[in-house]
Amino acid sequence: MFGKLTLQAIPFDQPIIMGTCMVLIIGILAILGLITYKQKWQWLWTEWLTTVDHKRIGIMYTLLAMVMLLRGFSDAIMMRSQQALASGNARGFLPPEHYDQIFSAHGTIMIFFMAMPFVVGLMNFVVPLQIGARDVAFPVLNSVSFWLTAAGSLLINISLGVGEFARTGWLAYPPLSELSFSPGVGVDYYLWSLQIAGVGTLLSGVNLITTILKLRAPGMTLSRMPVFSWTALAANMLIVAAFPVLTATFAMLIADRYLGMHFFTNDGGGNPMMYINLIWAWGHPEVYILILPAFGVFSEVIATFSRKPLFGYRSMVVATMAITLLAFTTWLHHFFTMGSGADVNGFFGITTMVIAIPTGVKIFNWLFTIYGGRIRFTSPVLWTIGFMVTFTIGGMTGVLMAVPPADFVLHNSLFLIAHFHNVIIGGVVFGCFAGLTYWFPKAFGFRLHEGLGKAAFWCWFIGFYLAFMPLYVLGFMGMTRRMNHYDDPAWLPYLLVAECGAVFILIGILLQITQLVWSIHKRDELSKDARDPWDARTLEWSTTSPPPAYNFALLPKVEGLDAYWEAKQGAEASPQKAYEPIEIPKNSGLGFMVSFFAVIGGFGMIWHIWWMGIVALLGFIALLIGRSWDEHDEYELMPSDIARLERAGVHAS
Amino acid sequence: MSVDATALDSYPEESQPLPTRQHLTGFGFYIYLLSDGILFAALFAAFAVLRGATDGGPDSHALFSARNAFIETACLLTSSFTCGIAMLACDRRNRFMALVGFLVTAVLGVMFLTLEVREFAALIAQGAGPDRSAFLSSFFTLVSTHGIHVTCGLLWLTVLLVQFLGRGFTPAMVRRFLCFSLFWHVLDVVWIAIFTFVYLMGGYL
Repeated sequence: MFGKLTLQAIPFDQPIIMGTCMVLIIGILAILGLITYKQKWQWLWTEWLTTVDHKRIGIMYTLLAMVMLLRGFSDAIMMRSQQALASGNARGFLPPEHYDQIFSAHGTIMIFFMAMPFVVGLMNFVVPLQIGARDVAFPVLNSVSFWLTAAGSLLINISLGVGEFARTGWLAYPPLSELSFSPGVGVDYYLWSLQIAGVGTLLSGVNLITTILKLRAPGMTLSRMPVFSWTALAANMLIVAAFPVLTATFAMLIADRYLGMHFFTNDGGGNPMMYINLIWAWGHPEVYILILPAFGVFSEVIATFSRKPLFGYRSMVVATMAITLLAFTTWLHHFFTMGSGADVNGFFGITTMVIAIPTGVKIFNWLFTIYGGRIRFTSPVLWTIGFMVTFTIGGMTGVLMAVPPADFVLHNSLFLIAHFHNVIIGGVVFGCFAGLTYWFPKAFGFRLHEGLGKAAFWCWFIGFYLAFMPLYVLGFMGMTRRMNHYDDPAWLPYLLVAECGAVFILIGILLQITQLVWSIHKRDELSKDARDPWDARTLEWSTTSPPPAYNFALLPKVEGLDAYWEAKQGAEASPQKAYEPIEIPKNSGLGFMVSFFAVIGGFGMIWHIWWMGIVALLGFIALLIGRSWDEHDEYELMPSDIARLERAGVHAS
Repeated sequence: MSVDATALDSYPEESQPLPTRQHLTGFGFYIYLLSDGILFAALFAAFAVLRGATDGGPDSHALFSARNAFIETACLLTSSFTCGIAMLACDRRNRFMALVGFLVTAVLGVMFLTLEVREFAALIAQGAGPDRSAFLSSFFTLVSTHGIHVTCGLLWLTVLLVQFLGRGFTPAMVRRFLCFSLFWHVLDVVWIAIFTFVYLMGGYL
């Protein structure tokens, strides 16, 4: 009846896990109680859970990412503490089987459920506004995408209290992840939650490409499109080209584990290295899916706060597209040690180094944008400058490892760990925070508190260097990744410094939470000039903050790059045109319900409760068929309504 | 396929108005189909890597009947043709021809699936199931992924036809038929690749 699921699946004997679960359950119950007490269920359902408005979906993506950041960071600081405590005879506080789950969960959550939703959330919120569109091309599909991502992250968090998570590392390499070596449900949690979330990401990629290519405002040719939208286009093209490979690869591993197939097994002719090739054929483009939108954020921020057009717009676009193409030519550098020979390794080493060229072009473009500008050192600018310094260091260590002989020495050492955190924290995370601070007033109508934002930046910045520079040294000293315990006492001082860095980052995160709460509390004081608080250049700032459901009452007409800036300079009031009726998509519960069945089905498959899987599949089909019967998924907003809403909006801001 | 053509033409950059919903949906669905093509590319790559890994079991020469695959191909290609006829009828708003075209498409699709399931059953009965060797794992996964797509297509077509009988040519109906026909043609293209690389090269070359 319940497959492999018994009461033993709940780790009652593990005080750390049970304590965390208790806190989580109490927290969730408290939130549910609060919603009930305030009678907000109706509001939650109509305004958020069933919304198909790209802005609200973007906000929900970002919220999911920030919650998952807390989860992933908890894992991180536990690992740092374990390594600070587990030298010589000491064993630390985490047994190996638990520690292995923690580092696997940390990587999986940070990439798939923190970085991805953050980046996708920013793109979802900003891109339609920036290109002067009224919504994405397929609003209901957008909601389905978000809820599938949420379903995946729910499943992965259920693994904390029910059963276990994978002990295989964040990419679950076979043969370790095969049934013979990982017989538990951990790898199944990994596979099903990522399969579900991956489909969501793919659909969101289809949606945003169509939006960008087809729904730009009148006059916005591709060569007038803001750089953030360009990077979003590039990232979504990469999503559409790379995520199917991930789906196929995981499907093969699932077939191995569930149907006894032999894709990656040691016996039966299977080939584990094929998994590693396939997963990195997705994994390397994934790196650029994350970083390109961050580059876009920095481009917007640096141009706005330098009060100059971005230096080298065209070269920026060309560099972005060059990186998009090169992204598919470098995957083998993740496993030079496979031993494919000097020629193959040489080829991939060179393609890897070539990527540094367009990236360098971007760095110089940002520098030249600052040069001669009147830069204002707001917190988005601090994140940007912090990024430029940090990312350059990370890029150089990357080029170093692109040399195959060097890589043979550094492979799977802490040098590698330091390198990719250097580019992911210094690039993607800083970019997300810059974007969050920059577009927050557009989303909510008030700014975030500057002082707390700057304090948080300095904690993150110093914390990052303290936490990861020692790891470069440890890598040279021969320390490998994922160690639960080590004997060499010479490593301990460096790991203590790294622990201090993690504490600094913790303070940074606490400051960010304080900043959010404080800013909400003081929102009336912070709402001055919310429409365009930074004196910005692109179209999203030309509408009210927060924008109405239809974004623009009249579609903007674009005459050049930096459309809104030009409009502000021109200052000639364009003749007031009459409003026209606007088609607005109706709310839809489809996404939420699809996600419900995805969780049920995923859970059933993980625990081999086959009837649950079948029920979920049938429910899913019934939902789609039911949905197809409803042809009236839009309502029309009449000019009189628009005029009324516009007056209210202008009055509010 | 004039419906396809208008849907996929890019509209001139400067000229407005914004694209119609059919245009948008057709474009978006086309992007999705490209991603589906990449999914199959990954499965083809796996098959290419593993086709020699028979683990002492039967190889493709011993197993595949090109005759069966040839009949399957004929069914699927003909169904694509009838689907095209049905889409032309949609263009002219000819209800009867559209219905007949799609019905024949569905029947041919069912024939294709029956042949495929029979082939799979025969292979498993002679001990050459997907768990026998890496080669057979990749064969079954590649071909059955195509088969699952065909099954989904048939389910989709059934729903569409039921709705069509009630509604006739509403804009949503035409849009969905357009997407379905794109889907069906892509499955054909994938099948031609399977026929060539799996059956012809495995059975004869």
